[in-house]
Amino acid sequence: MQKKMHVTATINGEVQEFLCEPRQSLLECLRDILHLTGTKEGCNDGNCGSCTVLMDGRLVTSCLVLGPEASGAEIVTVEGLARGRELHPLQKAFLEQAALQCGVCTPGFLVAAKALLDREPQPSEQRIRWWLANNLCRCTGYDKIVRAVQQAAAELAATQGGMNRL
Amino acid sequence: MSTQSYQVIGTRPIRHDGVDKVTGRALYGADIQMAGLLHGAILRSPHAHARIRSINTSKAEALAGVKAVVTAADFPPTGDRIVDLGEGETPLSYIRGNILASGKVLYRGHAVAAVAATSPHIAAEAASLIEVEYEPLPCVLTAPEAMRPGAPLLHEDLKTKEFGQQTDRVSNIAEHFRHSLGDLEKGFAEADIVLEREFHTATVHQGYIEPHNATALWNNDGRLLIWCSTQGAFVVRDTTACILDLPVSQVKVTPMEIGGGFGGKIPVYLEPVAALLSKKTGRPVKIVMSRKEVFEGTGPTPGSFIRIKIGAKRDGRFTAAQADLAYEAGAYPGAMVGAGAMTVFAAYDIPNVTIDGYDVVVNKPSTAAYRAPGATNAAFATETVVDEIAEHLGLDPLDLRLKNAAKEGTRRADGLKYRRIGCVEVLEAMKAHPHYRAPLEGANRGRGVAIGYWFNAGLPSSCTISVNADGSVTLVEGSTDIGGTRTSVAMQAAEVLGIPAGSVHPVVVDTDSVGFTAVTGGSRTTFATGWAAYEAAQDVLRQMKERAAKLWGLEPSAVRFEGGHFRASGHEISFAELAARLAETGGPVVGRATVNPRGVGGSFAGCIVDVEVDPETGKTSILRFTSIQDAGRAIHPSYVEGQMQGGSVQGIGWALNEEYFMGPDGEMRNSSLLDYRMPTALDLPMIDTQIVEVPNPGHPFGVRGVGEANIVPPPAAIANAIYRAVGVRMRRLPMSPPNLMQELWKKS
Ligand code: FES
Ligand code: FES
Repeated sequence: MQKKMHVTATINGEVQEFLCEPRQSLLECLRDILHLTGTKEGCNDGNCGSCTVLMDGRLVTSCLVLGPEASGAEIVTVEGLARGRELHPLQKAFLEQAALQCGVCTPGFLVAAKALLDREPQPSEQRIRWWLANNLCRCTGYDKIVRAVQQAAAELAATQGGMNRL
Repeated sequence: MSTQSYQVIGTRPIRHDGVDKVTGRALYGADIQMAGLLHGAILRSPHAHARIRSINTSKAEALAGVKAVVTAADFPPTGDRIVDLGEGETPLSYIRGNILASGKVLYRGHAVAAVAATSPHIAAEAASLIEVEYEPLPCVLTAPEAMRPGAPLLHEDLKTKEFGQQTDRVSNIAEHFRHSLGDLEKGFAEADIVLEREFHTATVHQGYIEPHNATALWNNDGRLLIWCSTQGAFVVRDTTACILDLPVSQVKVTPMEIGGGFGGKIPVYLEPVAALLSKKTGRPVKIVMSRKEVFEGTGPTPGSFIRIKIGAKRDGRFTAAQADLAYEAGAYPGAMVGAGAMTVFAAYDIPNVTIDGYDVVVNKPSTAAYRAPGATNAAFATETVVDEIAEHLGLDPLDLRLKNAAKEGTRRADGLKYRRIGCVEVLEAMKAHPHYRAPLEGANRGRGVAIGYWFNAGLPSSCTISVNADGSVTLVEGSTDIGGTRTSVAMQAAEVLGIPAGSVHPVVVDTDSVGFTAVTGGSRTTFATGWAAYEAAQDVLRQMKERAAKLWGLEPSAVRFEGGHFRASGHEISFAELAARLAETGGPVVGRATVNPRGVGGSFAGCIVDVEVDPETGKTSILRFTSIQDAGRAIHPSYVEGQMQGGSVQGIGWALNEEYFMGPDGEMRNSSLLDYRMPTALDLPMIDTQIVEVPNPGHPFGVRGVGEANIVPPPAAIANAIYRAVGVRMRRLPMSPPNLMQELWKKS
């Protein structure tokens, strides 16, 4: 058995410490050690996007990041999107647009879409499609997901201080 | 009832499980954590066909952290018998043999042994230490190959069933059946034009994003507890009980949230294995498949070889049609070719028909249902031949279809006579759709249409509804919710009770907590479980009328329920007000119902597609796509549209990219989501939808299932569009760049 490593990282705004084996992926650490099971595994090789999280503001597929690499990093997962009881505009839009069926891809899409809107508040349809192309959804055909991202973008633009809430 | 206006049905409430699913709180099968949990891993065959000479597990057992190893030898010796566990009659030995191989492995990826250890990494390491000695055998990978006399045999004892009779012929053909109607020869003799074409379709996977998983705890009281991702908790219960030789009541299955299924999460793969490992260790054991295991070890949908012959008069009237359907079942019989035969000419009224179906075993994973299983392959063939006939006769392809469209009273060759169906309405909606008449300009662009059918399923469902003092109700059901059915079922109860959808709290429960409920499959949940909810709600109303009568000192028959209120002359009380007074009128009210409905309504779906082909690369792009489907009655239109969009896009992937790319050794060469190319957001335009509503007379609200028919027409419609774009008729799926270039080169 490999010796475990001590990792400190900020996860959804809280400093967390945990022990992990060097071979454990960040995805495993989030799910199995920290019990943040909102982040899903669909392929474990970087090709489905269900494990997408933000690492220091950058989108990563957490199955391709080793746990120890998260040392000192700031991680945002789907569990970190809502502000207390208030849903993020993307979460609300996904519900209103019926942008999920089974919902297993949803956490990855929400985190990826948040990263897009953080950078580009008014993306075109084509830009949204390009940005989300690393996230596979087998249920929806993407139509309602794209519309939900458009709705959230419009809502954020309309809300005073919308950008600050992101 | 279908013409009346509804309060809840047809609206678009937020789904009840929505918040949990956008916040990451919803618990899927792989999310289970529990004290003492062990992790399982499965060793799979590296050969497509081989005899197992020996299995040595000692090195694996010696690895630190390993707690148990099991093989097929650990199954109780139940012998063989025929069982029906929800997918038709099957020998138990086939189901068991697919879960853990004994004697022979029949496909690459066939499970051979399993390990439980303290971490998934140790379990995987240990699995690789199991030594299996194989004697490799020659393999067969396609139906035509496997049907050839002298082909290597998968099952030395498999005797062909022919026309319903057991023969003595040992072969890879498990079954050959025939449906006949009228006089085929006479029909073809009457035709002015007869076209005969051959088609090949590749094996494709359902591609759900969540891999299979199961957790089992063989408890100290002898009961086996299972948590898993399944389309049918009762199928898992019954199959596991059967294989482990337990009474069904000793197994309790809790269906967790499920990350997609499309038919592929009906069969049982992991649960009995996790159970055996738990039995040996006394601890809970969780097994989660990798993506590669999902591709190599679970059921894809059959590849197929199809021959279609259709004869027509000059005016377009079809006089005769013939189909030969040879479907690859994979390692064990059951290729859904029966469904292919039921759907191949389902859209048409043809007087003279013969359909031959062949269920053929090959050295590929044992196939499972995939959204209208068998129908997409068949429609690809039929609908491209129909398009060719329209071209030869100079007819509009939709007019030709309308001329021959099946309607109420049409008899199919497999014997069924249609009740009210919406084939004509769907075709007319396609014709009237602005997309059909919109100009399409530019080189290498073309438009295609096609129609498809799925018959849908009934089967049993159970439901209870208890009334809460605050005027809401709790609805308990056994149908796992894959795409919003908690809500579409709850809405039907809400409609009956005159309360908002949000006042119904639907819960999907374990097999101990609700009556038997068949799988979420066959597009049956909104239809059948929705019907159970309707009946349970009626039961609630009946009991509540008694309570109102008691309050008012009247006979229950004097009480009416209308507009959300109980009324009798001079009296009125709302549902919520009466709900608050149950304690004083006799105690709780619980409505219950079980149904096994017969009035299943099949659904037709059509699509219109515009494509552009790049003649340099053979890549086809979808420019515009419209899906039109008969929902009977759309309970929650957003989720009906979602089914249409999702099915259409799966059809597009099947049409253009997806295939098991097999080496001659039976190895799948593209077993990752990078190489097995499913459509991404960037590959697609918006998917327009139009819901047609021809109410199903067999359901109280007119519901037909909508989950499946939508996947059926896209490959044919795209093939027809490609023909209009670049002048080649594609008769092989997928119509991937290499396959399309072949045809373009042949033409030039
Ligand atoms: S699980 Fe990480 S990309 Fe699929
Ligand atoms: S909703 Fe099921 S995979 Fe996206």
